[in-house]
Amino acid sequence: MSRAKPNSDPLIQQLRSVLPDSCIVSDPASMKPYECDGLSGYRQMPRVVVLPTTVEQVQAVMKACQASKTPVVPRGAGTSLSGGAMPHKNGVVLSVNRLNRILDIDGQNRCATLQPGVRNLQISDAVEHLGLYYAPDPSSQIACTIGGNVAENAGGVHCLKYGLTVHNILQVKIVTLNGDLVTLGSTAPDSPGNDLLALMMGSEGMLGIVVEVVVRLLPRPPLARVLMAAFDDIEKAGNAVANVIASGVIPAGFEMMDRAAITAAEDFVRAGYPADAEAILLCEVDGTEQEVNAQLDRVKALLDKAGATQISLAKDENERILFWSGRKNAFPAVGRISPDYYCMDGTIPRKEIGNVLTRISAMADKYGLGVANVFHAGDGNLHPLILYDANKPGDFVKAEEFGGEILDLCVAVGGTITGEHGVGVEKIDRMCVQFDEATLAQFLAVREAFDPDGLLNPDKAVPTLARCAEFNAMHVHHGKLPHPELERF
Amino acid sequence: MEIHLDKSIASQDWAKEAEAIVRKCVHCGFCNATCPTYQQLGHESEGPRGRIYLITQLLEGHPADRQTRDHLDRCLLCRACETTCPSGVPYSRLLETGRLMLEEQQPRSGLDRLKRKAMTAVIPSTGLMRAGVGIAKPLRPLLPKKLATQLPLPDKDLTRPGSLHKRRMLLLEGCAQSSLTPETNAAAARVLDRLGISLIPEASGGCCGAVRLHTSDRERGLQDIRNRIDTWWPAIENGIEAIISTASGCGVTVKDYAHLMQNDPEYADKAERISALTLDLAELIAAETAESTPKSELAQDLRVAFHSPCTLQHGQKIVGVIEALLERYGYSLVPVGDAHLCCGSAGTYAVLQPVLSGQLKADKLAQLQLSSPDLIATANVGCQLHLRKDADVPVLHWIELLDRSKG
Ligand SMILES: Cc1cc2nc3c(=O)[nH]c(=O)nc-3n(C[C@H](O)[C@H](O)[C@H](O)COP(=O)(O)OP(=O)(O)OC[C@H]3O[C@@H](n4cnc5c(N)ncnc54)[C@H](O)[C@@H]3O)c2cc1C
Ligand code: SF4
Ligand code: SF4
Repeated sequence: MSRAKPNSDPLIQQLRSVLPDSCIVSDPASMKPYECDGLSGYRQMPRVVVLPTTVEQVQAVMKACQASKTPVVPRGAGTSLSGGAMPHKNGVVLSVNRLNRILDIDGQNRCATLQPGVRNLQISDAVEHLGLYYAPDPSSQIACTIGGNVAENAGGVHCLKYGLTVHNILQVKIVTLNGDLVTLGSTAPDSPGNDLLALMMGSEGMLGIVVEVVVRLLPRPPLARVLMAAFDDIEKAGNAVANVIASGVIPAGFEMMDRAAITAAEDFVRAGYPADAEAILLCEVDGTEQEVNAQLDRVKALLDKAGATQISLAKDENERILFWSGRKNAFPAVGRISPDYYCMDGTIPRKEIGNVLTRISAMADKYGLGVANVFHAGDGNLHPLILYDANKPGDFVKAEEFGGEILDLCVAVGGTITGEHGVGVEKIDRMCVQFDEATLAQFLAVREAFDPDGLLNPDKAVPTLARCAEFNAMHVHHGKLPHPELERF
Repeated sequence: MEIHLDKSIASQDWAKEAEAIVRKCVHCGFCNATCPTYQQLGHESEGPRGRIYLITQLLEGHPADRQTRDHLDRCLLCRACETTCPSGVPYSRLLETGRLMLEEQQPRSGLDRLKRKAMTAVIPSTGLMRAGVGIAKPLRPLLPKKLATQLPLPDKDLTRPGSLHKRRMLLLEGCAQSSLTPETNAAAARVLDRLGISLIPEASGGCCGAVRLHTSDRERGLQDIRNRIDTWWPAIENGIEAIISTASGCGVTVKDYAHLMQNDPEYADKAERISALTLDLAELIAAETAESTPKSELAQDLRVAFHSPCTLQHGQKIVGVIEALLERYGYSLVPVGDAHLCCGSAGTYAVLQPVLSGQLKADKLAQLQLSSPDLIATANVGCQLHLRKDADVPVLHWIELLDRSKG
């Protein structure tokens, strides 16, 4: 890495004065794999990649970038599905992967202090012996970093009961564009002043570099059990979800997979998912034995009434983990049935699940593309995976159009265009559908307060008003809004 | 992922196979999480997802530079990424293709070439290895600790049973193992003798091909395989029941003969037969001993840390089998963290990438010795010798433990 040829780029020369050579990647071959994140359809080579090993180095890089008006794109594990970590062509990619130490575990106060490159799953592994865990568990938890989780306000299977990243973070330290190290939030129950901590959640690298995170740890529930219910019809499964939630039970996790997703996940994990079901639901309840049993009875009755063809309870902890493992590996396992997939991320009111899934399936026929659904049903957070073939010219464009139509439908039924994967480059235009001008102007004002020069992850997450004007002109076909038959919220 | 093969290679079988592998990858990055080099270096180009990306560039005909080779060279071929990959990407096959393409595109520098040549000459040649060990033996007490630990201990029991049972299997002697840890195969022969199985030694020694294949010396590696097949064939025609490997690094290669020789009209069928007959010693013993095996008293007080070699857990997907056997015989196992990670031995890696290899070894030993075990057991000669150099406790092949407990 350190043997890059002498480079005439003044920025790189300047970076060399503040970073050891081993922390600078500037040769084209070594930079190539940085050109995209988990959304590999969007690619851009960076100008240079830096891999700092200390917070001081991060500060020095930021100062150098501000002085030279160079864009900075933060990067964690690069698992973003919205192109959030895609480089800027004139910019630096600042990767935090070498800041990967667990700095402190405080069992008594149930919190842990982490560098941003610590992987999500690593946290729970490290505190297991204390009977504690970190609740938000994105499916990518084996790989994604806590810094990336903060930046995307990541959610996961267990967020239905225990909240998203935002509900489980006590404090973060960020390095601002001018190189200052700022602490937001505190380990005390409340801190004076405005809640700037919440502003960092889902900020997608636009407000500063997260360099330290204090997470809240929870005690492992005394008992957790998961039910698997099979359905011969996807709408019935969707309605079952709405009924369970409406009954007042709050499952620890409540997930749905359709037939395509079941086939792919089963091929990898062999969890024992029924191959002939049109959909399965995984519903976990936790608490004391008494609570768990009472909830299981209620959920079982409701699922039964909704028309489940088969209900089985994971017989032990191993099987429980296996049931979840299939779900958590389901996205990439879809690589077994399709060369590429495009993962959408919209939310809808739970009562619309059945309706929306049926309409997505009709759209799939229209576009001539497959679709697999695996998602956080309890939150109404959809993840249709549009199956396409990147080698076929035009296929990705078709997938994007299909995806756009799904998001429009989400908004039209009263939902949003992102549940947890962020906006990134991918959904920036859809922001114009979701928000009006005044709201977007507020977003831009926040951004400007932290970054007046627009250097932090530019052209992502929040569109300029000019961009929206252009998009809306194109998007409103023949003067009609998409799905005019539906009421607007 | 998207890939468009360069026209000049588009019709070749190997290129089509590589293309299919790239297409299977969905770029999720899960594999980086369990990759030892990514963990050490924190660099996208030093993880499986990045390496797949770099090889895709080669396959698309983009010019490679020296850095591409460095990134591919640093891969241990431990295959932890394959275990993790939900999409089922057979990464190691792609990496070998990438390395071969580079080998053709850019000749290596003098010193690099020399090191590789020396190793591919010495390790696979049983005679040379033995000669080297033979010369060094009388000097043993004077040798520095590092070298002395690599030579067989004098008190090792090398006797093999004389009886011939009806059930007979061919034993892979292994090129490094037969010289450096001959006690392993002797112990295996005694344990199996007690189970009513005779191990027939190979007619003549030699490498299974692994060493040359992993240093991108493909043609000579394939020749090693043909030689082995010719050597074993009479025994196979004579009706041996199975081929037994006591070194997981050899076993994984022999199990892959069917794939490696598939385009060789003369050897393809024989190779397929051989791969199907090959078993790791652990698979055999697990099948031959009952759950109810009486626990050995000798074992009672010994706390063992088991190091599962990558070629066993990721290559052959044999997980938890030896651990269960050791417990069945009465040994108690200590918990070992990060058990999926490579120890840094990885065939010739320890010589070619000494710095990274040393870091991985230190990390591995820290995990293995965390609960102060009495000894470390493993299942591959390469890992055994590599760890032995710096371990505070003896490092044995697990079969020696079963042999000692006389089960
Ligand atoms: C198979 C798969 C399944 C997934 N499942 C889920 C899921 O269930 N729930 C969910 O919420 N997400 C999921 N994701 C999306 C993704 O894993 C999350 O968004 C995750 O939080 C990204 O973390 P990362 O470390 O990979 O960040 P990256 O992808 O590297 O970056 C993501 C964004 O965060 C910014 N960023 C990263 N680190 C920092 C930092 N230290 N400071 C400031 N900004 C930073 C980047 O600029 C970028 O905008 C999934 C992804 C995949 C591939
Ligand atoms: S084989 Fe091992 S070292 Fe190589 S990329 Fe896979 S996990 Fe990393
Ligand atoms: S885990 Fe598999 S599909 Fe995902 S990036 Fe790695 S090789 Fe590709």
